[in-house]
Amino acid sequence: MNDLLDPLLLSRWQFGLTTIYHFLFVPLTIGLAVTVAIFQTAWVRSDKTKYLQLTRFFGKIFLINFAMGVVTGIVQEFQFGMNWSDYSRFVGDVFGAPLALEGLLAFFLEATFIGLWIFGWNRLPRKLHLVTIWAAAVGSVLSAYFIIAANAFMQNPVGFQINEARGRAELTDIWALLTNKVALAAFPHTIFACFMVTAGLIIAAAAWHLYRNQHLETMRPALKFGLWMMVVAGILTVLSGDQLGLAMVETQPMKMAAAEALYNTSTGAAASFSLFTLGTPDGTSELFSIRIPYLLSFLSTHTLDGTVEGINDLQAQYVQLYGPGDYTPTIWITYWAFRWMIALGMLHVLVAVVGLWMTRKGRSPRWRWMWRVAIWAFPLSLGAMIVGWIFTEMGRQPWIVFSLLKTEDAVSPGITGLDVLISLIVFTLLYGSLAVVEFKLIKKAIQKGPDAPPPVDEETGELKHEATVY
Amino acid sequence: MDLTILWFCIVGFLFVGYFVLDGFDFGVGMSLPFLSKDDTDRRVLINTIGPVWDLNETWVIVAGAALFAAFPEWYATLFSGFYLPLLLILAALILRGVSFEYRHQRPEAAWKRRFDRMIVVGSAVPAFLWGVAFANIVRGVPLDEGHNYIGTFFDLLNPYSLVGGVTTLLLFFVHGVIFVSLKTDGEIRERARRLAVRAGVLTIVVAAAFLVWTSLAYGTLASVLLSAAAAVVLIASFLANLKGREGLAFGLMAGTIALAVLSLFFALFPDVMPASNDPANSLTIANASSSEYTLTIMSWVALVFLPLILAYQGWTYWVFRKRVTRAQIPVEAH
Ligand code: HDD
Ligand code: HEM
Ligand code: HEM
Repeated sequence: MNDLLDPLLLSRWQFGLTTIYHFLFVPLTIGLAVTVAIFQTAWVRSDKTKYLQLTRFFGKIFLINFAMGVVTGIVQEFQFGMNWSDYSRFVGDVFGAPLALEGLLAFFLEATFIGLWIFGWNRLPRKLHLVTIWAAAVGSVLSAYFIIAANAFMQNPVGFQINEARGRAELTDIWALLTNKVALAAFPHTIFACFMVTAGLIIAAAAWHLYRNQHLETMRPALKFGLWMMVVAGILTVLSGDQLGLAMVETQPMKMAAAEALYNTSTGAAASFSLFTLGTPDGTSELFSIRIPYLLSFLSTHTLDGTVEGINDLQAQYVQLYGPGDYTPTIWITYWAFRWMIALGMLHVLVAVVGLWMTRKGRSPRWRWMWRVAIWAFPLSLGAMIVGWIFTEMGRQPWIVFSLLKTEDAVSPGITGLDVLISLIVFTLLYGSLAVVEFKLIKKAIQKGPDAPPPVDEETGELKHEATVY
Repeated sequence: MDLTILWFCIVGFLFVGYFVLDGFDFGVGMSLPFLSKDDTDRRVLINTIGPVWDLNETWVIVAGAALFAAFPEWYATLFSGFYLPLLLILAALILRGVSFEYRHQRPEAAWKRRFDRMIVVGSAVPAFLWGVAFANIVRGVPLDEGHNYIGTFFDLLNPYSLVGGVTTLLLFFVHGVIFVSLKTDGEIRERARRLAVRAGVLTIVVAAAFLVWTSLAYGTLASVLLSAAAAVVLIASFLANLKGREGLAFGLMAGTIALAVLSLFFALFPDVMPASNDPANSLTIANASSSEYTLTIMSWVALVFLPLILAYQGWTYWVFRKRVTRAQIPVEAH
């Protein structure tokens, strides 16, 4: 009973669930804002109505999705204080700054210009209206930067000093905080991954219609766009992931060891990367494993004869540095999350390349399974993204701020297990039912397909956009 | 000037902005059952705030983040101490936000009714609970030496804070109804005007009681003067409304809310969370604030960007200045 009502455990569940949930919507917000802006730019420049149709089609999906990103984001903003007040007291001086910057520079920009974009179709001149969607897109990318810089401080604390008298970390160098090498590597990786997820949605939507042989005029270019976006974003995600891996080994070697379930420090060929392991990956009862020699060494150091530190050595080292305790994250989670992230990502690039080949020069394959695969591009790329974050966050455990503060010391002392249980239940029910509605609405919007373009005004020769109304 | 004082002012400014702006959103949301006769009416009402509710709501996010950056201790104590009320506020804001976006996605009456209800509840709950929360801050709550709240949920529901909650509920309600009269035309506008007068009387009585109570029990010279000013401006707004001067009435109502919030902040100063059990445990602007360095950086950012933000938000209101009418609501294809 005590265990069940442990505020720490429940808070961790709640934070994990609500953050993952928030992040189901964020990648589409970021990716679709940019996509819609690109289509709208294409329309403004070329005057081809198919681009206008695509702008409005993906714009509608974007808005359904956006509302969820916003409302779940508020929960995130409040939770640091609600559930992690000792964390907030300890790092607020440092960590609050990027959050406030995010609000002032990014959220206001995005929220204001989204409103202008939605309701501005018939009120703003064409070019100015185009500017509003770009401003919103810039806002969403900026917000990602600031939140990742905040998160990077938790992975690799920089730009601060400890004030013993007040028992907290204090900011000494904002520039160091904002150019944290983990942030510089994680930001492109996350953004490109967001574009992969978005490409997945575009491919899935286009495939659904093309399979039914409808809306060819718009959905053919959409499919092309999505496939190329997937390939380019996929390659960039892999390359940036490689850089992020280097930064991670440097700052949190334990995480890389945990990613590979590498118990003993290994060098060269022995630092192998296992594609797959049967049995418990804790090294005690490995039944079967496919290993690529040297690869882990290469991933961690970019050399073939590098040395990768193992969990046992690191654990001993950390005990010396930080006192007795268990410094090993939950291995099976990190091990599998890391693999699934990479596998699903690689798979998508492959699928997209095959897709480009099969649809070359306007071909349209009629095999049922192809379209099936294409439709799965969306949920699976989202899955890659989520397991990537689970890896990042769980791999940091037991620290909430690496080397400075443990998660168990971060939870609010004043809240009871019952409080958190109530909130966890409320969020689960609320988020669960909203997910169903959201999913149905997006599905319906996709299946409805693009609307016909609006009529042309006889006098001005311009399109007569209807007023948008709720 | 001492940066902690500057940041106390900026946080105050952000909350004033939030309550003035999202305040009328809440009011419009709560007024749905009172001002509408059919679905078209409801859509007119919702569209008066359509383009702006999201940016108005963003003010509370920025206020929370500014609190975190400038007064981490205040943020930590307040948000963990008021855990359950905040949970309710969050749940309400979630329901309200998605309802605006989802209600028009399908034509069925049952679908719309469900989201209409969520808009009404999702507006009323935060409108009430923000008042409860702020009244409790002014009143003081029990804190231990680590500044952690040691009361229970029910301690937060004391008579003073409940009156505070009813006050904000009514103020926001009238604020929203006046906004509707300013932003619509025809019958709804007439209805809104009449409702604002009727609800205005009750609001003046309750708000006056709350401000007098605040002044007597927790007032400082500045807060008493501000309370008095708030009361005068509230009455002026009522009179302007009687005369049919909607724009003026709305501006004065915004002024009332701003003055009332400011008077609460002045009643606090220099505390930010007074401890009701032992003044030694109180959080003050000094012991709750961030370091000089963080505040300096944040001050520059705020001073450069706040004017810019106000400019583009002002422009948004300008773009959407026209009244919303029934004629603009397209007939739905079923
Ligand atoms: C579509 C999604 C996707 C794909 C295909 C990949 N990743 Fe990834 N990865 C993410 C989505 C992601 C992510 C969810 O966006 C993370 C979580 C935190 C972050 O910054 O990005 C992440 C984190 C993350 C980390 C952890 C960083 C840390 O904890 O500090 C590493 C080392 C990599 N990735 C490396 C890779 C490599 C080498 C990949 C391919 C070969 C790869 N990722 C593909
Ligand atoms: C959107 C991507 C993210 C996902 C999916 C995610 C997921 C998670 C998960 C699963 C946990 C629970 C870990 C555990 O308890 O073992 C967690 C914890 C946490 N994360 Fe994240 N996270 C994300 C981004 C962030 C960001 C950007 C921040 C900070 C700015 C952050 C701050 C935290 C904090 C404070 C905790 C709680 C303490 C802890 O358990 O470590 N997370 N997150
Ligand atoms: C746990 C940490 C996080 C916090 C505290 C947080 C906070 C917020 C908040 C308050 C909003 C609503 C903004 C609004 O009303 O306009 C929001 C939306 C959003 N968040 Fe998060 N978020 C977190 C994780 C993330 C991550 C990891 C990313 C990106 C990689 C991200 C990117 C976004 C984007 C793009 C939006 C879209 C809506 C907007 O900007 O208005 N968030 N988030």
